[in-house]
This record gives sequence, C-alpha cells and structure tokens, in this order.
Amino acid sequence: MSQSGVIMEFVHRRRRGAELFLLVLALAVGVGAYAAVGLGVDEEVPADIIGYGGWLAALVVVAHVVVRFVAPYADPVLLPVVAALNGLGLAVIRRLDLAEDTTFARQQLTWMTVGVALFVLTLLLLRDHRVLQRFTYTSGLAALILLLLPLVPGIGTDINGAQIWIHAGPFSFQPGEIAKLLLVVTFAGYLVLHRDALALAGRRVLFVDLPRGRDLGPILLMWLVSLGVLVFETDLGSSLLFFGLFLIMLYVSTERAGWLIVGTVLFLAGAMAAYRVESHVQVRVDTWLHPFDYYSDASGGKSFQLVESMFGMGWGGLLGRGLGLGMPDRIPRAESDFIMGAIGEELGLTGMIAVILLYGLIVERAFRASLICRDGFGKLVAVGLGGVVALQVFVVIGGVTRLIPLTGLTTPFLSYGGSSLVANWVLVALLLRISDHARRPAPMLVTDDEADMETTQVVKMA
Amino acid sequence: MSELTLFLIKLAYLAILWIFVLSALSVIRSDMFGARIPEGARAAAAKRDARPPKPPRARRGAPTHVLVVDGENQGERAELAEAPILIGRGPDAAIRLDDDYVSTRHARIAASGDQWFVEDLGSTNGTYIGNVRITQPTTLTLGTQVRVGKTVIELRK
Repeated sequence: MSQSGVIMEFVHRRRRGAELFLLVLALAVGVGAYAAVGLGVDEEVPADIIGYGGWLAALVVVAHVVVRFVAPYADPVLLPVVAALNGLGLAVIRRLDLAEDTTFARQQLTWMTVGVALFVLTLLLLRDHRVLQRFTYTSGLAALILLLLPLVPGIGTDINGAQIWIHAGPFSFQPGEIAKLLLVVTFAGYLVLHRDALALAGRRVLFVDLPRGRDLGPILLMWLVSLGVLVFETDLGSSLLFFGLFLIMLYVSTERAGWLIVGTVLFLAGAMAAYRVESHVQVRVDTWLHPFDYYSDASGGKSFQLVESMFGMGWGGLLGRGLGLGMPDRIPRAESDFIMGAIGEELGLTGMIAVILLYGLIVERAFRASLICRDGFGKLVAVGLGGVVALQVFVVIGGVTRLIPLTGLTTPFLSYGGSSLVANWVLVALLLRISDHARRPAPMLVTDDEADMETTQVVKMA
Repeated sequence: MSELTLFLIKLAYLAILWIFVLSALSVIRSDMFGARIPEGARAAAAKRDARPPKPPRARRGAPTHVLVVDGENQGERAELAEAPILIGRGPDAAIRLDDDYVSTRHARIAASGDQWFVEDLGSTNGTYIGNVRITQPTTLTLGTQVRVGKTVIELRK
C-alpha cells in the first residue's frame, strides 16, 4: 500500500470491444440456459424466449453503452461475468418455478432491471470514487440505521427465523445488503486516514503491535455495534461477513499479519461461545457434522434441506442431470440459499466449477483494480468489495457443500432476492468506477494523440 | 425427445459455459500482456517530436517556467519546455534542491494538453498544495504554491 511511487510505463487499453464480445457470450450463457430449461422440462423451446432474450440483451447493451461512455477504461471482464451469473441464476430460478408453480423468475427479472438501472445511475452520478471518502462517517451512520431498521416494530419482519427484513408497502427489503456496501466505504475512509497511526503507534504485546485506543476505538465501536445488531437479529451469515470484512481491511491497510492471528483467535473464541450459548448455532454445527442423523422427520428434519441438496449433487455427478431434468425442487427454498445445490444437480461438478471460477474472476479483478489503483482510499474500497464477494461466496457455497456449518447468506447474482441482487449490481458499478480510474493512463503520459488527450482531460482532480 | 438429444443439449450447454469462462480468462491474459510498454515509449517519442511545434501554439498567459519562491534554493528556475521536470535532491533533477526534507526523486511536473500537473513520486515527506498532501497527479495553475520539504515552488509566466 505504498503511494504510487512507480511511474507507470505502460498504458492500459480500453478493451470495450473485448467486453462486448464477452457480453455476447454471457448472453448465450443466460439465454441458452433458459432455452435448455424449456427443452428439458417441456421438450420445447419456451415461447417467450424472444421477448425474454431481448429484454436481457437490452439490459446488457444499456449497461455496456453506459460503461463505454462514462467509464471507458473500466475492467472488461467484470460486467460480462456478472451478466452471465445473473442470466444463469434467472434460468435456474425459472426451472424451479416450473417445478413448483411459482413466479420468482419474473420478480427476479424485475429486480435485475432495477439493479441495472442503479448500476447505470451509480456510474453516471459517481464520476470519481474519491468523493465517497467525504461520506466516511455519514455512511457509517447510515449503515447502522439500516441494520437497526428491522428491529423497529411495525416495519421489521421475522422471515424464517431471522429478523433482517423491513416492509414498506408491498415491498420487503433486506437492509443488511446495502449496509455492507456502506460499511466498506466507512472502513476504507477511516483506515486510509489512520493506517499509519494504527500500524506504528502503540505497544507490542505478544508479537502483535496493539494500536492505541484512540486510533482504533471509533472504528472498533462501530464494528462491534453492527456485529452486535446482527447477532441480536440472529443473522449468522452477515455477522461472519462483517467480521471477515473488517479483518481483511484492517490487515490490508496496516500490513500487520498479527491482525489475522488476533482475528482468528477472536473468531474461534466467539464461535465457541456462540456454540455453548445459542441453541440455533448448536443445531447448525450438529447438522454439519452429522447431517444424516437429523434428516428424518422423527428428528425434526433439521438437516432435510442440506441432505436433499447433497443427494442432488451426488445424483448430478460430473456432468449433471441436464437443465430441467433433475429434481432440484426437492430441496426446500432451492431458489435462494441453496441455488448452488440445484446447479450442482443439473449442471454437475463441471457446471459448479465454472460458476465458482466466475466468482473467482470477480474477486481477482477487484484485487487487480486495487493493486493498480493510485489512491489509498480506492485501493481499500476495491479490496473491501472483492472481500465481500469472496467471503459471501465462501460462506454460502461452503455451507451448501458441507465444508463449513451452514449460515444463511445469498449467493451473489444467482440467488433469488431483490435486495441482494440490487446491492451487488451497485457493488459492481463501484468496482468498475475504481478500475476505470486505476487503468486510465496517468495524465502526463498521454500527449500523442488528440482523442486520448480529450479523455485524459475528463480526469477530475479532487 | 430422445435421451441422446437431451444428453447433447446438456453437453452443449456445459460447453457454452466453459467457452465463456475460458474467453474471460483469455481476455484477462491478453489484458495482462497487452498493457503495452511500447505505448509509453511511443508517447515519449511523440512528445519529443511534438515538443518543438508546441510552444508557438502556447496561449498567451500560459506558464513558461517553474520558479523556486522560498527555501534554500530560492530563485532557481527550470523552463517548462523541458517538461517533464523532475524535482528532488538527486543529480538528475531539473530543479535540484539542497533541502534535507526533500527526497532524491521527490516530485515532477508534467503537461497534459495545455494543463500542467504535479505528481508526487513516492517521496518520504510528501508534496503539498496548500496544506493538503497530494496522492494523485494534481492540476497546477499560475501561482499555485507547491511545497516540497521546506521549499516552495510555483509556475510563472
């Protein structure tokens, strides 16, 4: 995290053509899945495929054109990967709709439209990510309020045992999803100002440099409060996400590996305590270790969902049953938390690895943007956003595949869920904005052609 | 529909999925090696060629030189025609400062179009405009005071 000392001797190309090419392939992934679902379930290509494909293509083209104009140097891979994941998610939700006679796919498409609209809006309104640094504390406060909203009687609702939803009219919303973006901005804005003090001032206790209370205090408090709220709302997944996010950003900003040790110890201690005290944590751990003991109705069917998804993945094997030919509707709520179970059943290990690789690409591109970004704040935001995606995918897919105990979180872009989808589209817009800034040639290098000169003059100097 | 057709559809879809993943990877690969070094060299070459015809086009009121207005080396100057101008304690600096608080290669001033920018080169004590430490190439106008170490420099006509 040194300041940009090296003079960049090369210029990144814009790569908008490559993005367009990948977007066409991404559309093939999305629309192809939709057609395959129709062929598998009804033995015919769905009648509305033209309208559906057209709508998807229109959304993707709008996003691409906006990127082309307002973020010409942005990363070419992020948008297509996200479009492909979203398209695949839509098709799998549609497949579950056909089996269960629900209309989640239609709603998800509406939410995707809202998501793309907000993506475009973010890129248009936020021309320079460093503006966000001014809202360090504002966004922290907003995140706290959002996290507390579900506890307010009247608008907060308890769905499936976790009180993380708010209701406003016909819409229900999960404010935690927006809060995670705001918290990234808060942590980044705070840490970029205080990282020297955090890393250098303070006493050394057991190989770890402990920072002074006045440096770490405010952000620690803010984090503890948000974590406390989530534990109180019994939202295990999000608590894990925020804990990990804070740790990653603290480690990246201070370059002190000691934080990872401290964090792991704290995490283990916290997990042990939660296991002793909270009964629903015990259930999660027990069903993780001995899923088949809790499968039958006699034992309460606590691991029914997990075991059904394991049956599905086992039946799917290497190549899967084929889209529309499995029985993913046996898994309760397969369209949200367990969508990876459905994918594992119908597309097999081959498809699942492809999906996980796509998530890996998102994270890699986020870290790449962070590496080449010229300002500390942008670096930290990019790392934070990449970390959010990585942690979320790890927690959810790890839970579904029984690597770690299951905690409820949405699979980014795939799962049914409006708040999550919209928040993740905004996340991608932020990443594109930062990578556009990072990849844009430094002003002094470009003097050779008029076209380039014009683009460099768009660089806003704060 | 026959079993075979469905099997082929399944394989075809997995193929599409993997073609997408692999093309994304190949774009990343070409992005990594395609970040062209010659581009910088060409820009520099073009700059060298383009420099002579530039001055006549310079508008009236455009800055012509950098002047040290405060500090040990007060009065020292460098012509902007020789841009980019390196500022520091090192022997290759265009403005060489005998200031203990200045790094060997401290900052540099360069042009883009008809705008001038100052960029910190990772100095120890930083480059300041007003009391703000700059982290990005920052626009300079006539009379903007740039502080490096205990020295203050500015653009002059």
